[in-house]
Amino acid sequence: MTARERGAAIDIKGATKRYGNFTALDDVSLHIEPGEFMTLLGPSGSGKTTTLNVVAGFTDLTAGDLAVGGNSIVALPAHKRNIGVVFQHYALFPHMTVGKNVAYPLTLRGMDKQARDRLVVRALDMVKMADFAHRYPSELSGGQQQRVALARAIVFDPPLLLMDEPLGALDKKLREWLQLEIKRIHRELGTTFVYVTHDQEEALVLSDRIAVFNQGRIEQVGTGRQLYDEPTTLFVAKFIGESTSLRGTAQTSGNETSLTIAGQKIVANGKLAGGGKPVVLLRPEKLSLAGTNTPPAAGQNSLTGEVSEAIYLGSGSKYQVTLRDGSVAIVRSSLEATPFSIGDTVDLRWSVVDAKLLADDDRADMTMT
Amino acid sequence: MRQTPFRILLGLFCLLVAVWLVMPTLVIIPMSFNEKKSLAFPPSGFSWQWYANFFTNPDWLSSFFNSLRVAGLVAVAATLIGTLASLGLSRMKHSGAGLLRAILITPMIVPGVVLAIGIYAVYLDYQLVGTTTGFVIAHTMLAIPFVIIAVSASLEVFDVRLETAAASLGANRFTTFRTVTLPLIAPGILSGLLFAFVTSFDEIIVALFITSPYLKTLPVQIFTSITRDADPTVTAVGTIIFIATTLIISAGLIISSKSTRS
Repeated sequence: MTARERGAAIDIKGATKRYGNFTALDDVSLHIEPGEFMTLLGPSGSGKTTTLNVVAGFTDLTAGDLAVGGNSIVALPAHKRNIGVVFQHYALFPHMTVGKNVAYPLTLRGMDKQARDRLVVRALDMVKMADFAHRYPSELSGGQQQRVALARAIVFDPPLLLMDEPLGALDKKLREWLQLEIKRIHRELGTTFVYVTHDQEEALVLSDRIAVFNQGRIEQVGTGRQLYDEPTTLFVAKFIGESTSLRGTAQTSGNETSLTIAGQKIVANGKLAGGGKPVVLLRPEKLSLAGTNTPPAAGQNSLTGEVSEAIYLGSGSKYQVTLRDGSVAIVRSSLEATPFSIGDTVDLRWSVVDAKLLADDDRADMTMT
Repeated sequence: MRQTPFRILLGLFCLLVAVWLVMPTLVIIPMSFNEKKSLAFPPSGFSWQWYANFFTNPDWLSSFFNSLRVAGLVAVAATLIGTLASLGLSRMKHSGAGLLRAILITPMIVPGVVLAIGIYAVYLDYQLVGTTTGFVIAHTMLAIPFVIIAVSASLEVFDVRLETAAASLGANRFTTFRTVTLPLIAPGILSGLLFAFVTSFDEIIVALFITSPYLKTLPVQIFTSITRDADPTVTAVGTIIFIATTLIISAGLIISSKSTRS
């Protein structure tokens, strides 16, 4: 059996959840491939945890359908869904040893002791906690408890594993190490993983694909690279990675949009399909700084500003440049680039092809952390 | 160092309060070994006769077993009802939960005499005076608040999210309760059970109203015996009850403090 065959496909269709007047989930549809590592990413209250709770069976849908492996499970109660869940708060049973905790789902399934012990040892081995079987959860650190919780959620070999910000309560070092552990376990099991987080870096490290949630809707689904390079909404662009957004008086001519910002004109390829106010989005590594006396190369845009922050990062430098209209650009430059210091008047340069034209959206800034 | 005289004074005062609180109880212990048939203090001589009388006299023995039977039934009934009520209250999101809890606790606050009069009036109509059923119903009502308080305290520290986790692992609601919730709130339930037992076992006010010559509980027997013929057996009984309840209540307190700590 190849690893991939063990995961189940997930189909969420038109999922809607209302609490009185509040819409937690608004017509969300998402297809997850068998064995895929899908991350639901978004700020708090964006609907990502609600989606997870709906799949787990902890929350009922107001409307919509949900299928695992092609079969609708909307009508099934949580305890009949056979889906592994790992919680942010570990949720280990304090009155049971680690071994008993991990054996719990197997005991419920009426498995005999021998088979049970074998699977428990295997699951604990997988999370490197085999030596702790006789300890109680209170005797373990947070990271160890979460590994036990993970063992308990996979021991009964569910076709789907849900994880709700499982590393949220742990410190950075431990989190980074456990991210790699989770990635390894996903590879070894071939189970479909659905992972909820508000940490975009974590999402990029772990996921095959990421679904970006905002205000109860999915903004965009794609690989990390797609979301970073080809964001379809300003919210996604701002949520994934760092960026600079430029606004100004827009003019469209042919397949080109130009913006006038504090008297200086820049151009971007394409035009907005739906009309609306355009925003030019730039990633920090696409930007470079130059002295105002060097002319821009062909196909380059140029905006004048003043360096308001200069940070040396070892691998390069990071600058904040305050433009004449008051907006702030973030620039990452390589070690070879000419260094600038705070207060220098500089030109911000970029190739026209590196700019991304997006529709302005005031929701994008509201939820930024 | 200037505080030393004040500290000594404070220590003495505390000792006085402690003696004042405990003395009346401790007085009965030496009295129970009195040689003479009197309730005089200090006692004279030493004998086990009042203890012997308690264990041989059918009046005393039957009232003792009546109390044991009633308290046993009350402990079971009050624990069952009180635990279910606490579970329900802890899961109620409605604002009425607080009011409901207050109502369930009232038997603890309402003066015993007032309750006793009400119970007596109702019992006369339903011929419950002097019956085990009557005693059990009345005492269960008085004991429920103690169970609710004890069980609610352990539910307060119980993490409801564990039930969600159990569901995700395949446990239905009953199995979840049996394997997760119950073991974790068991200390609260057990201490509630002990408090309920003791509440019934030494209850006198309501018991005096609803007793009959055919069904006397131990406190009633003590009361009638001491008011009628100053029988020193009461001191022996008092000593036995004192030691027994002290042990039970200490056990209850130890159990409940352990459960809230973990």
